Amino acid sequence: MMAMLDGEISSGDKREFQQYLSTYPECQKEWNEYQKLKEFTMQVKFKDPPEEIWDRYWLNVYNRIERGIGWIFISIGAMIVLFYSGFKAIESLIVDPTIVGAVKIGIIVLLIGTVIVLVSVIREKFFTRKYDKYKEILR
Amino acid sequence: MIEGNSINDDLANSEDQEIVSLCLKGEKEAYSFIVKKYMKRAYFNALSIVKNHDDALDISQEAFIQAYRAIAKFDMRRKFYTWYYQILRNLCINHLRRKSKFIDIGKFASENSDEYCDSIELIGSDADPSVLAEQNEMTQKLWKAISLLKSSEREILLLKEIENCSYKEISERLEIPIGTVMSRLFTARKHLKEIFGKLI
Repeated sequence: MMAMLDGEISSGDKREFQQYLSTYPECQKEWNEYQKLKEFTMQVKFKDPPEEIWDRYWLNVYNRIERGIGWIFISIGAMIVLFYSGFKAIESLIVDPTIVGAVKIGIIVLLIGTVIVLVSVIREKFFTRKYDKYKEILR
Repeated sequence: MIEGNSINDDLANSEDQEIVSLCLKGEKEAYSFIVKKYMKRAYFNALSIVKNHDDALDISQEAFIQAYRAIAKFDMRRKFYTWYYQILRNLCINHLRRKSKFIDIGKFASENSDEYCDSIELIGSDADPSVLAEQNEMTQKLWKAISLLKSSEREILLLKEIENCSYKEISERLEIPIGTVMSRLFTARKHLKEIFGKLI
């Protein structure tokens, strides 16, 4: 019925369908209702938003693409600076004779734990979710 | 006629492929041709799913940004818009999911349907004003009924009725077989008939 309604039916099937409708008046009634609904739906279309929206559209996309690239550079830069200063801070802690050994071990273990959790979260975000068959299912 | 359309399609595809090749070479400005060519269609497609002007505008732009960032992954044998549509659709679905976590979906559907009704118009306005007024009232009710459909039903129905896509195009865009397109259209129209019947 849908193929007939949308004009996507072969001439053979069309004849068969028309014959079927003439045999079953109930189906003919249903067919008429669907035809009316389609005619009615086809009479409407979306309103075009004001022209200035389209004038600004590409500019908005362009700016957001450029800003995105800017944010990537800022993040990479910040990460390099953070890692370097972190490394230097740990290095100075380790060589500092005034800090007791137990505290040094504690800090190192804490850092190792943080790195493991961080790597695990990143891996889950980028790799595991990619192959998760059930990610489309709402839990 | 069909042959003519397919020639036009091929030309449009090769044009898009050329633009994509330029983008891959780093020519960001070339991408503007694709954006300007498809922006209206993208906006209306998003609007038919999310039912809100601002969200549709934002999501359609975000989809162009994501498509640009992933342009190296674009398979040149595919149509650009079909590929872009997958990104757009995923963003719309994610948006609806995020929204549904925070608000009552039933309330959202009925509240948004009024705004959604304002985003449509009748084709042709040279009819008798009284007929047009009656038609407008019916159109508003029809649109309200459409807005109360499930987003997946609304999407497929509007692809067919507003965008006039063929079954083949719908099947490519939604990545479903043609048989499923027909059965989904039937379900959508059946629900629309029921809801519309209650409203008039």
